[in-house]
Amino acid sequence: MQITFKDVTADYQIGPLRTPRVLDSVDFNLEPGTFTAVIGHTGSGKSSLLKAMNGLLIPVKGEVHIGGTVINRSKNKKSLKTIRKKVGMVFQFPESQLFAETVEQDICFGPLNFGVPLEEAKRIARQVIQQVGLGPDILTKSPFALSGGQKRRVAIAGILAMQPEVLVLDEPGAGLDPRGKKEILSLISKWHNNEKLTTVMVTHDMEDVAHYADNVVVMEKGQAVLHKGVRELFADIHALKSLRVDIPQARKLQLKIEQETGVKLPQVCLTIDELANCLMKAGLV
Amino acid sequence: MTARVVEVSNLVFGYDKRDKEQTLTDINFSVNKGEWVAVIGHNGSGKSTLAKLLVGLLEMDDGSISIAGINLNDNTKWEVRRHIGLVFQNPENQFVGTTVQDDVAFGLENINMPYEEMNNRVEEALKMVDLSELRFHDPSRLSGGQKQRVALAGILALRPSVLVLDEALVMLDPGSRRELLLTLKQLNKSSDMTIISITHDMDEAAEADRILLLEAGRLVDSGKPSDVFSKHQQLEPPFSEALRRMLKRQKNTVPDTYMTEEELVNWLCKSHLKM
Ligand SMILES: Nc1ncnc2c1ncn2[C@@H]1O[C@H](COP(=O)(O)OP(=O)(O)OP(=O)(O)O)[C@@H](O)[C@H]1O
Ligand SMILES: Nc1ncnc2c1ncn2[C@@H]1O[C@H](COP(=O)(O)OP(=O)(O)OP(=O)(O)O)[C@@H](O)[C@H]1O
Ligand SMILES: [Mg+2]
Ligand SMILES: [Mg+2]
Repeated sequence: MQITFKDVTADYQIGPLRTPRVLDSVDFNLEPGTFTAVIGHTGSGKSSLLKAMNGLLIPVKGEVHIGGTVINRSKNKKSLKTIRKKVGMVFQFPESQLFAETVEQDICFGPLNFGVPLEEAKRIARQVIQQVGLGPDILTKSPFALSGGQKRRVAIAGILAMQPEVLVLDEPGAGLDPRGKKEILSLISKWHNNEKLTTVMVTHDMEDVAHYADNVVVMEKGQAVLHKGVRELFADIHALKSLRVDIPQARKLQLKIEQETGVKLPQVCLTIDELANCLMKAGLV
Repeated sequence: MTARVVEVSNLVFGYDKRDKEQTLTDINFSVNKGEWVAVIGHNGSGKSTLAKLLVGLLEMDDGSISIAGINLNDNTKWEVRRHIGLVFQNPENQFVGTTVQDDVAFGLENINMPYEEMNNRVEEALKMVDLSELRFHDPSRLSGGQKQRVALAGILALRPSVLVLDEALVMLDPGSRRELLLTLKQLNKSSDMTIISITHDMDEAAEADRILLLEAGRLVDSGKPSDVFSKHQQLEPPFSEALRRMLKRQKNTVPDTYMTEEELVNWLCKSHLKM
């Protein structure tokens, strides 16, 4: 499903006041089936951007298109309902997403809401909870009596159970242990490919960008200042510097090794496998 | 002589008292003044539970905890909290002030600090976390990373001799995170602030003086990062070590002991010169 922002400006209402523009004339197009990473500094508007894709933040100007559905100022109730069914969002803090008495009820809520029979919803819950690396015994627990990483996993499981067409993830790896993070992001990536989803993921971890995304949007003070392919972005060291964007560890170490040894490696390395291969190709190892 | 600021002996804790299964089993360790200790372990292994026990937010079932020489119990927990501060894993719903500034000042008001000194402390803490501009904002209406900074500032303002961070920097962008880690390192070195940092970031853990490794509620190791990562091959190692292991599998000439980034780059330079 295609996601298009047409000159979107948005802000938050605080009592009678409005904040400065948290989204400022944002204009881009994410092709169906793409996996987009959204990066940028604290407070640059990443979470707000995702909320605008889910109808949680309504533009004061411009339009957001999700497939054929439009969100604009005149917030049509019906289109918001359609959007929430199509777009599954994992929030930055899983606590803001969990609410039911048990984990099972929490995960079943989405499917039940969309008319899935109870037995089927429970079957889905058992399946997704295992997919995120938790045992079925956790289904009867209260979501509030879980560790931080367990909560994050449950929140992700709840979204997978909804089978959305668009996946919108706000720092899904935060709080997961390294192995769990790899497993869960690979699961999401596989799912993205198999179901031909359109996925948008906010992350501070450039390894995630390098491993899972195909294109990147850089946010700065409410504006989408750059939208580029991942490899293109990380190849351009000058652009990275001026945007104050971090680089993946493999690339960082590559630059250091090239500087110290004076040997230029044959390609831009974004992952550890690429760097290992290049080091051998260049005869350094 | 190095003083032990944290001493934990035979600590036992379970959330469900009817259940025989314990969340933490027989935990023993101590931390020296001025040490930087990283606590690592899988999701659900008991790290946050341990942190809450250290500051007396949960009551232990058995064993003892002593902070700055004070034996922790129900009567001493307020006194203990003047020496140890915990920054929570999730700052949501922890805010008490209606402005960032009030929220940061809250802990200081609680200990009846004179107004002027309080102001200075708040000022300094806000500066450290780069929040001065947002001082009059409502902390519950901030971005995720901004909320984490408020939480951190609130504890830093108290200047605890032991600072416990429960994944307190995960939502900061890489640049701010590096800067804050540097600031904390300075506090750690210059004013002997002891730091216990719970983290899933193995590169951060590799920089610590010592790592504590938790597994299913048990403390299974405590040692230098290089030793812990060499001994527990199932752990995700820091990047340079992961690369060394990958190269080693392909080429026998690669050294087979743990390597920091600097060591790896030096080795590559030397092997290049030999060619
Ligand atoms: N509920 C709210 N009410 C008012 N202002 C808000 C609210 N949420 C966020 N803001 C402000 O809007 C701006 C953008 O916030 P947003 O949460 O989109 O940032 P972000 O890029 O996700 O940051 P982070 O990386 O810290 O999560 C910030 O200046 C923030 O203070
Ligand atoms: N309030 C609670 N009530 C009951 N059980 C709990 C509660 N909080 C945590 N637990 C359980 O105790 C165990 C340890 O949880 P803890 O939060 O200490 O883990 P952790 O190591 O901090 O994990 P994470 O890396 O995911 O934050 C987990 O199995 C968790 O489900
Ligand atoms: Mg955010
Ligand atoms: Mg925890």
